[in-house]
Amino acid sequence: MQIQEKLSFETWPAAPEKETLEGQNKVLGFWLFLGGETVLFATLFATYLALKDSVPGPGHALAKDLFSMPLVFLMTMLLLTSSLTSVYAIYHMKNFNAKKMKFWFVVTVLLGLGFLACEIYEFNHYVRDFNHTFSSSAFGSAFYTLVGFHGAHVIFGLGWITGLVVRNWRRELSLYTAPKFYLASLYWHFIDVVWVFIFSVVYLMGMVG
Amino acid sequence: MVKGQIETENRVQVQYRLERNKKDMRHQFISFLLMIFLTLVAFMAVGFGNFSAKFVIPFILVLASVQVGFQLYYFMHMSNKGHEVPALFMYSAVLVALVMIIAFITIIWI
Repeated sequence: MQIQEKLSFETWPAAPEKETLEGQNKVLGFWLFLGGETVLFATLFATYLALKDSVPGPGHALAKDLFSMPLVFLMTMLLLTSSLTSVYAIYHMKNFNAKKMKFWFVVTVLLGLGFLACEIYEFNHYVRDFNHTFSSSAFGSAFYTLVGFHGAHVIFGLGWITGLVVRNWRRELSLYTAPKFYLASLYWHFIDVVWVFIFSVVYLMGMVG
Repeated sequence: MVKGQIETENRVQVQYRLERNKKDMRHQFISFLLMIFLTLVAFMAVGFGNFSAKFVIPFILVLASVQVGFQLYYFMHMSNKGHEVPALFMYSAVLVALVMIIAFITIIWI
């Protein structure tokens, strides 16, 4: 099949993201990138674990003083559900239904925005009420670097998916656009993978002490 | 007649494709429910359970790893065929990640 070929519901292949050589290379390259991202986040987790609760004096807030469970739970549910909605989007992509695919990607973006709003509220709360800032302690630096890097990934993912949906708003699906949507959803799932470890290692383990 | 045959063949293929996508979707939805369940268990173990840190920390780490497994294998389609090289990339990354984290939490000097 050719990359610019006009396809229909009947001729749409089973794995449209890997039908062309370009698509295959993109998927493979993206997984290599995700392997690199895993190592990158591991360095940040390692730094956080080594510097957790290292504060210069008794007046500084520790992990067990900061975190509140309901907010973290809400953020987790938002991100987990947004992961499912992007799965729905890819399901419709595989069934050659561009409209429904875009709809579910829009839902994903909205849930991601909800997550981001919670995170902004959370950081603001720590800075104002606990004086826990990036430069207040080694703990603060490690915490904001790790969680902030994840937040930056969320922002980038939101921009990416929004860009794709806007650019392809009037377009039908093709073998040229299918890999683009597929990779964006992989990236979004990876953000959720990292968040699973953040809520376990940073928040839940922080509350345990 | 030949044309009719091709059309039937196409219809069968389309039907097969739809069924398979539906089956994938069902697996993904079940893994979503399991992920929600694992998340709830982890939060409840910390929030409401009176467990010692020695038990609860390994416990939530195991739950997180299982949940990430679902995410990778079902949501990110690593269980579909043709994902041997991505699996190699991810497992190598996990190996490097574990060595690094173990090093940082055991031989740190600050």
